[in-house]
Amino acid sequence: MKTPNFLHKLYLFYHDGFTHMTVGKTLWLIVIIKLFIMFVVLKSFFFPNFLKTNFANDEDRANHVHQELVTK
Amino acid sequence: MDLLDVSLVNWSRAQFTLTAMYHWIFVPLTLGLGIVQAIMETIYYRTGDEEWKKATKFWMTLFGVNFAIGVATGIILEFQFGTNWSNYSWFVGDIFGAPLAIEGILAFFMEATFISIMFFGWNKVSKKFHLVSTWLTILGATISAFWILVANAWMQHPVGMEFNPDTVRNEMVDFWAIISPFAINKFFHTVWSSWIVGALFVLGVSSWFLIKKRDVGFAKKSIKVAAAFGLVASLLTAVTGDGSAYNVSQEQPMKLAAMEGLYKGQNGAELVVFGILNSEKKAYNDNVDPYVFKIGIPKALSLLGYRDINAFVPGINDIIDGGYQTKNGVALSFAEKKEKGTIARQALSDYKKAKTANDTIAAAEHNAKIKANFDNFGYAYLDSPEKSIPNIALTFYSFHFMVMLGMFFILIFGVFTFISFNSKYDPEKYNWLLWVALLSIPLGYVASQLGWIVAEVGRQPWAIQGLLPVNAAVSAISTQSVQITFFLFLTLFSALLVAEIGIMLKQIKNGPNHE
Repeated sequence: MKTPNFLHKLYLFYHDGFTHMTVGKTLWLIVIIKLFIMFVVLKSFFFPNFLKTNFANDEDRANHVHQELVTK
Repeated sequence: MDLLDVSLVNWSRAQFTLTAMYHWIFVPLTLGLGIVQAIMETIYYRTGDEEWKKATKFWMTLFGVNFAIGVATGIILEFQFGTNWSNYSWFVGDIFGAPLAIEGILAFFMEATFISIMFFGWNKVSKKFHLVSTWLTILGATISAFWILVANAWMQHPVGMEFNPDTVRNEMVDFWAIISPFAINKFFHTVWSSWIVGALFVLGVSSWFLIKKRDVGFAKKSIKVAAAFGLVASLLTAVTGDGSAYNVSQEQPMKLAAMEGLYKGQNGAELVVFGILNSEKKAYNDNVDPYVFKIGIPKALSLLGYRDINAFVPGINDIIDGGYQTKNGVALSFAEKKEKGTIARQALSDYKKAKTANDTIAAAEHNAKIKANFDNFGYAYLDSPEKSIPNIALTFYSFHFMVMLGMFFILIFGVFTFISFNSKYDPEKYNWLLWVALLSIPLGYVASQLGWIVAEVGRQPWAIQGLLPVNAAVSAISTQSVQITFFLFLTLFSALLVAEIGIMLKQIKNGPNHE
């Protein structure tokens, strides 16, 4: 069957690629740490979406922005 | 929110500036070095010369380092839209969302797919497929840049939308209008100037190898490619720079006036080649000379801005006072724009009240007023004409230093192209020139950042030109929260930058023969 062969080849391709990395291993570690800090720490705790967090629906969000724009 | 905490606006601005400039350290090198490595691999493919393969793999390693450290630094900017700039992100509606969505779906997946073949596929896939993957990787990165720049161009020149007072959002009505000539020129100027950064990097690093008398063959090959590529990129960037100035003169005359320190408009206006601004000039309408010293080319600004050596180029005073002829009729004064903006803002408030009261006739009348005056909506938020003027010194000096550096790049690439392609000359013998090339690496980055300072500082006070000033775009959050995240970013980015420089230097020192 061709499809399993292709998938197996694809798996081996990436497996070989990742296991034979040299400087890539350090880079991937940096990438993983960076993405963790950005998406798990920063996004979750410091960068809530202001409108989605504070207002339940689009009508309320529109009302808030409307109020902001006409009273600033 | 009648009294806006200016420090919130400034800290939000500072945070966006920090993160955007940081992101822009990595992107130009990705875009430029990506092309260099693709050119080298193409030469390898055509010649079969393994030395070109070695050179390609060396530069590809550095590309990988830069790409890995830089990846996702742009996402931080999107975080800020949702947190610090919620009024802005709501107001722009799907105008911003569409280009960023296309960027994410198409460009990112294209990069991610082919970059793995580029790095893992040596000796595993055919030479042709590997070469195609290398080109498609950089094409994916370039397509990413296209959509982001379309979004930014819309901020400078908002077109293709209609404001919906019910949703308080700008709704896209013409997708193709958003891909405006303004956007297209911005894209090419940004990408081609990024090619300069990549070419300078390769030229400088290769020069280091020659200075150290290491890997001489590899270094000379790389210098040839970098010099020729950089020369083409520099010349193309100059052409699109001219296009940028033309677009700015048509759509953002205040920015052009700031770029040139032009207060009083003139027919046949001169282009300032070099100048020192007078710090004694405190107000746009005092009679103090804006310059301590300047050298100008007569009529050149009129030619650049309006393709007519005798055209009138409005200065800051003219833009504020209005009354001069434009392509769209007589220019409105600041006072007139503010009046129209105030009408639009009041009409927005009245529209909502009418809708709440189910008064459809009044609602229709107010909606008509909004539409008739919406082009100047943002002026309602500016208390005085001074608020419509960007920082002149920062815009002026950034613009002029950027152009000076651009001229220098044409010169240095021209010289290196000449000596590296002419068999009578050997770059290895010109040690002083090699040092110039090495020390010029940061200048590409400086010029690139200066360009963004011109674009974004020159755009002030606007988040969206004419429609939404920065002070109306911020979220109603605490200044302290923005300060905390500012310093968090500063710490994180400093650590990443140190890591990048360290890994880069180590890989460069390893050289092209290290596997």
